[in-house]
Formats: sequence, structure tokens, C-alpha cells
Amino acid sequence: MSAVTTRPSILVQNVRKTFLLRRTHSMKEAFVGWIRRKDIKAREFQALDDVSFEILEGESVALMGLNGSGKSTMLKLISGVLEPDAGRVLVRGRLAGLIEVGAGFHPDLSGRENVYLNAAILGMKAPEIDARFDDIVAFSEIGEFIDTEVKHYSSGMFMRLAFSVAIHTELDVLLVDEVLAVGDAPFREKCRIKIKELAAQGKTMVIVSHDQEMVRELCERGIVIRHGKKVFEGGIEDALVELHG
Amino acid sequence: MTDIDLSEFRTPGRGKGLLDVFRWRYLLRLLVRKGTQTRYRGSVLGWVWSYVKPAAQFVMFYIVMGVFLRFGAEIPNFAVYLFSGIVLVNFFSEGFGNATRSIVDNEALVKKIYLPRELFPIAAVIVSFTHFLPQLAILLLASIVLGWTPSLVGIAAILLGTFLIAAVSIGFGMIFGALNVAFRDAQNFVELVLMFATWAAPVLYSWDLVARVLPSWLFHLYLANPLSAAVELFHIGFWLPTTTDSPLQPPAELWTVLPYSVAFAVLSLVLGQLVFRHFERRFAQEL
Repeated sequence: MSAVTTRPSILVQNVRKTFLLRRTHSMKEAFVGWIRRKDIKAREFQALDDVSFEILEGESVALMGLNGSGKSTMLKLISGVLEPDAGRVLVRGRLAGLIEVGAGFHPDLSGRENVYLNAAILGMKAPEIDARFDDIVAFSEIGEFIDTEVKHYSSGMFMRLAFSVAIHTELDVLLVDEVLAVGDAPFREKCRIKIKELAAQGKTMVIVSHDQEMVRELCERGIVIRHGKKVFEGGIEDALVELHG
Repeated sequence: MTDIDLSEFRTPGRGKGLLDVFRWRYLLRLLVRKGTQTRYRGSVLGWVWSYVKPAAQFVMFYIVMGVFLRFGAEIPNFAVYLFSGIVLVNFFSEGFGNATRSIVDNEALVKKIYLPRELFPIAAVIVSFTHFLPQLAILLLASIVLGWTPSLVGIAAILLGTFLIAAVSIGFGMIFGALNVAFRDAQNFVELVLMFATWAAPVLYSWDLVARVLPSWLFHLYLANPLSAAVELFHIGFWLPTTTDSPLQPPAELWTVLPYSVAFAVLSLVLGQLVFRHFERRFAQEL
């Protein structure tokens, strides 16, 4: 059990997020639609509805729900990629997301160049990356291929390197979204150990995963979201029961 | 639970706009390097293309305008006159055009990770600046061969002209880059504007042809356009020192309108930032 202080790291207060399902990307279509007074208001989709919770410093919390329940949207609101339409999200400390790792990878750059680029995208400075570079490469098991262009990598190698960069980011709060489906079984095991290690160091974690075993192992607490509403918050075992009925 | 000290908290996804770029300058440097490194990947000649393309463009214009149409007959060193305008228009076209596409081009990142999105248009303009430099080098070389000597006024004019174009490219690049997220018409519109740009400034002709037909106030407006002002500044910086007793001199009105051009360029940065911030909130969901 990690040392949990009572100070929250993440505050989510009455957050609402509505998506407009727009059908057009052209001004002409929007204009024609406006002239014909037809369907100007695109269809609305309530992704999150009045959701509130707090996550304390050093805590590991699972965000659970079926596909489309809004849990990934919640994670994007915490990371700042999206902004809530109502309510507010506040965070404390450096935040990094294992959300779709490898988003910043460029196929024409070498593994080494991509490590630096992506670590910088995740907010690291040059000396921090220099200091961790060897660890990142070692963890990824890329070895001598580090100076090869990433486009020649197998998808497994690619994901291992991307994950390795993300997991070595200097951070206080880690957002994990389904990335543990990365690579083969031994590598997944390694990732799990690494995440447990971070939790033990007192990092705050929000984990979105369908992997019951992992959630049970890593998290003390669970928050269940259903159709954009928070329906349960409490111990992880109870949350799993709530989720699977 | 309710009385928590909120002073340590911040709202994710809210940056300080352009000011954040300084804090993220290391990433900016890497983004620029990515842009310059990957540009000529897989090409044998590589960076030579950055010299060949403007050179070919210049030769074409020179033959048509100077030799066939005999435009440059009364302008000494017409080649340098022409080229100093062309390099600026190239910088503007590439910078403004790339900045407009920069957010959509970086869709994968914008949708998944938060970072100050101003970095993308700025990196795009800096990348085009690195392609502007080799052209500037050729221009300088040609000017030196034709008797160019450095002067304080000339160098100040070159710097100011470059600043005007860079500022307008970033400012308008942010506006149209933000609009382009929701409406891809923006990039087509910008292409149209860029097509006019070459002709809206005294690049392929001399300013006096315009002054002859336009009423005074309209000519002032024409000249205050930052592109016109920058081109005339480049003429002062590169072309004028290579001539003696040229019948064509830079327009005296330039000094009257220059403060307005500078103000317009700065204003475009401010406006660009405001528009960008307004639309930035919706980037991730619109893409």
C-alpha cells in the first residue's frame, strides 16, 4: 500500500461534456444547410453528465465502464486535450498520459530521434531525456535498432518503444488508457511491474482498463461510469461487482 | 472536503498561448528539426532542391518579364530587383500556407496529447524560414557580385522586411490554421490568397506603375500592405545598393506608411492569438 495523503491531485467538479455530431467539414454544406434551415443544430451526444470525483495524491483509481460510457472522454478532460462544457477539472503536479502512446512518432525519424521528440512532447526537457535515455532504450528492448528509422520497426517494436518513452516521463500523475494491450506477454508483464513500481513510489494514477486482473491488482478504488453518469464510487471489488452486475 | 487550497491546482489544457512557446522551446526546436530533416528524406539531391526551385522560378520570371516583356529595361540590375521580391513572396507563401495546414497535419497529436498548439503554426513558419535562408544567401551573393555594400539602413530594412513577413505569416497562419480545423475551405482560400500575393506587391513590376493609376489614398493602402512594404524594404536592402543613379527609387510614401505596416503585423499576431485561443478549445473534438 502506498502512502496516501489526504490532499487531492485531481478534482473533477460537476463536469459535463456534450459532443456535436457534425456531418460536414465544408463551409458550403454548412451554408446550404443554414439556407434551407435544415438540421443546423447537429445531433448532440451527452458524453459526460454532471460527473464529480476527487482523486487523492498517491492513489490509484480505476475508471470503469462499458465501451462508450465516457471514461476515455473523462481521461481526455483530465489530460487537457478536451475542455468540459460545464463544471471544472483541476489537477496538481506534472501530468502524463499513456493515452494512445506513439501519437507523436514520425516514421522517417530514427528510434533515437523519436525518443527525444516524444519525450519533449510529453513535457520533458533535454537534460531529463539525456539522463533517462539508456533506461528507455533498455526497457523497450530495441537494442541496436535504436538508430534505425522507425518505419522499419515491427509494430511490436514500435509500441514497445513508444510505451517505454511514456512510462519514463517525469510525472506526478499518470493516466493509463488500455495501453497494456501492448506487445507480447512477457513485455506486458514488464509493463505491469513498472506501473506497480510507479504506484509504490506514490504516483497518482487513473487507469482505464478492461483487464479485471490488472485493475484488481493496481487499484484500491474504482469509479464506474455508465452512459456518461457516475453510478458508483468505492472499493475496487464492489466496483467490479457494480460493473458486471 | 470543500475547503481545499486551490492555489496549487491548474486547469489542464489552458496554456499561456504564444508565451508558452518560450517555455516549450526545446520541443519547438525538435519540431522544427523534424520538419527540416524529413523534408527531403529519400531524395538524392536533398537540400539542393531548396536552391534549385527558387533559382528555376527566378530564371523563368526573368526571361518572361525581363527579356520578353522587357519590363526591366529602365530598372538597372532587374534580376536582383526581381529576386529580392520573389524570395519574400516564397517565404510568405510557404510560411502562411504551412501554418494554415499545421493543426490538421498534426491531428494525431492534437487529439491525443495536450501541448500548447501554438507550437505547430510557429514551427511551420520557422521551418519555412530555414528554406528562406538559402534563397537569401543566393540573393546576397548575386548582390555582392553586382557591387552590393552593406549599410546600416540596408540591413535594418532587410531585418524589418523579414520581421513583417514572419509576423504576418504567424498571425494569419494561426487564424486560418484554427479555422481550417472546422472548415477545410480555409486552406483552399489561403491558396487563392497566395496566388494573388505575388501580384499584390511590387515584385514583378515597379511601384510607379501602380502609383500612376491609383488615387493617392489607394496607393498608400497598397503600399501599407505588409507584403508591399516588405518587398520595398528588400529592394532598399539588396537592390538599391547595387545601383547608381537609378531612375527608379523606392517610393517616398514608404516611410509614411511603414508604421502602419508594422502596426498591422503586430496586430495580426494579437488577433491571431485571440482567434486561435477561441477555437483551440474545440480542436480535439472537431478534428
